[in-house]
Amino acid sequence: MDWLTAQEWAALTLSLKVSLAATLLSLPLGILVALALARGRFPGKVVLNGLVHLPLILPPVATGYILLLTFGRKGPVGRFLEETFGIVLAFRWTGAALAAAVMAFPLMVRAIRLSIEAVDPRIEEAASTLGASRVAVFLTITLPLMLPGILAGSILAFAKAMGEFGATITFVSAIPGETETLPSAIYSLLQVPGGDAAALRLVMISVAVSVLALVASEVMAARTAHRIRGQ
Amino acid sequence: MSLAVRLHHAFGPFRLDVAFSAPHGITALFGRSGTGKTTIINAIAGLLRPASGRISLGDTLLFDSERRHFLPPHRRGIGTVFQEGRLFPHLSVRKNLVYAGRFLAHPPPPDDIDRVVDLLGIGHLMQRQPAALSGGEKQRVAIGRALLSQPRLLLMDEPLASLDEARKSEILPFLQRLRDEVAIPIVYVTHSVSEVARLATTIIALSDGRVARAGPAAEVLADPDLFPLMGRQEAGAIIPGRVVGHHDDGLTEVAVSGGRLLMPRITAAPGTELRLRIRARDITLSLTPLTGISALNCLPVTIRKVGASDGPIVDIAIRCGQDDLLVRLTRRSVGHLQLTPGTACFAILKAISFSQRDIGLVPGPP
Repeated sequence: MDWLTAQEWAALTLSLKVSLAATLLSLPLGILVALALARGRFPGKVVLNGLVHLPLILPPVATGYILLLTFGRKGPVGRFLEETFGIVLAFRWTGAALAAAVMAFPLMVRAIRLSIEAVDPRIEEAASTLGASRVAVFLTITLPLMLPGILAGSILAFAKAMGEFGATITFVSAIPGETETLPSAIYSLLQVPGGDAAALRLVMISVAVSVLALVASEVMAARTAHRIRGQ
Repeated sequence: MSLAVRLHHAFGPFRLDVAFSAPHGITALFGRSGTGKTTIINAIAGLLRPASGRISLGDTLLFDSERRHFLPPHRRGIGTVFQEGRLFPHLSVRKNLVYAGRFLAHPPPPDDIDRVVDLLGIGHLMQRQPAALSGGEKQRVAIGRALLSQPRLLLMDEPLASLDEARKSEILPFLQRLRDEVAIPIVYVTHSVSEVARLATTIIALSDGRVARAGPAAEVLADPDLFPLMGRQEAGAIIPGRVVGHHDDGLTEVAVSGGRLLMPRITAAPGTELRLRIRARDITLSLTPLTGISALNCLPVTIRKVGASDGPIVDIAIRCGQDDLLVRLTRRSVGHLQLTPGTACFAILKAISFSQRDIGLVPGPP
């Protein structure tokens, strides 16, 4: 590809890798938290709800700084991860994925939670009278009926992760080839004279990726809805 | 296998306090809405945990508050047909029907599935999604799905309530066949007298969370004390009859213990045993046999009991052959004709007061 420089190309693939990892790795937890918030009755539900939504309200820079304090090499969790598993997050692409996942998490949970709340518990009751245990009801009825919401939540989270900037640059900086994602690259290109043309190319790529994600989500949602609604 | 239910439950001011048992055949839980019928069904199915009581099916204890025993719904082996069908929207009709199979030690073989599909007439729907079905089709699939879970008891919670008259008459014959061909007890919740009259072998009449009356269908329906439960328009008795033959002018002749009745043609071969519902308001009493009148049916009857009433309307129990009927008359007519227990008179019935929906086919021997 000669219409992109090596650095721009690296930023694009890194962004895709980071966003994909952020989305896929946070999905199981997202489903669990959405289930707990939609169906669970436990003390501290309000606190959990607040915690999940915090990244939506906090300045991204603040979120990034909290991540650095917690997951940095000197932070409690960061040190534990490094000593026990040899995993380092700070200033690595994995850290960028973590930052993107945290920032996208509220959007993912909201979409999945809505889809759980749309599942009629009476349908699940019917399944239990037909011999399905609670786990079987979840796997054969609830989960398939939640699928449109899981898809929508994932794509929303992916798009959000692609655009994440503040928390990422605070937590993992913008090291070309390691943590310089698309938004970081656009920002740094705008800081140097004559970088406008390159920045514009990357902006257009961002727009294209976002539009593609939206279209894909619409098509999948329509397909699932069609399958559920019948002809 | 018989179902024995004793339960107590309360929702705010409403208290449910019932005890009854359901033998083979269709046991109708009958009563107005808000008398706790659905609560009872949910408690039997295991979808609701009553405050106290005991529920057992044959040798299996389903619930016992004293022993803190509660069998979860998926281990009860009870098929439930809900008012709204509750089909799984993401599965085809076929997959809905065989859903329970994966949880059974011995899933129904293809022959059994075919037999249920034939019984319910849903063979042409197998590849469709539930959303593409009519209300009546959905209910038939829901019945088939419950049957194919190989239940030891079938619960039906107002399965026809959300359907219009045409759809109801489409499903009722299937329910009659079900009663006669499936050898499991069925508990059927309804507030419709005509459904009770056509289907029920046993009636549990509920009122304000209590059992008002329980017993064989014909006996319970002939009880004038239950008039308020059935509603003034619908009250009436059911009596057995047998098709004698069909006349050329489209009428069917039916023998009852008190004589012969003519009614618009019903689809049943001569010799078929029937149960006829005769509404109290459709009967006219006359002291002499009438001629020169359009009504085709005139049977000799005897007054059995004249109900007490302060209002303008009086309920009267009459004897017609071996059967009891109910009549509603104005108090003025009762006084005018001087009707007292033992008075012999004639019951006049228009042939067109019978309709197919009031006539049930009698179940074969269980």
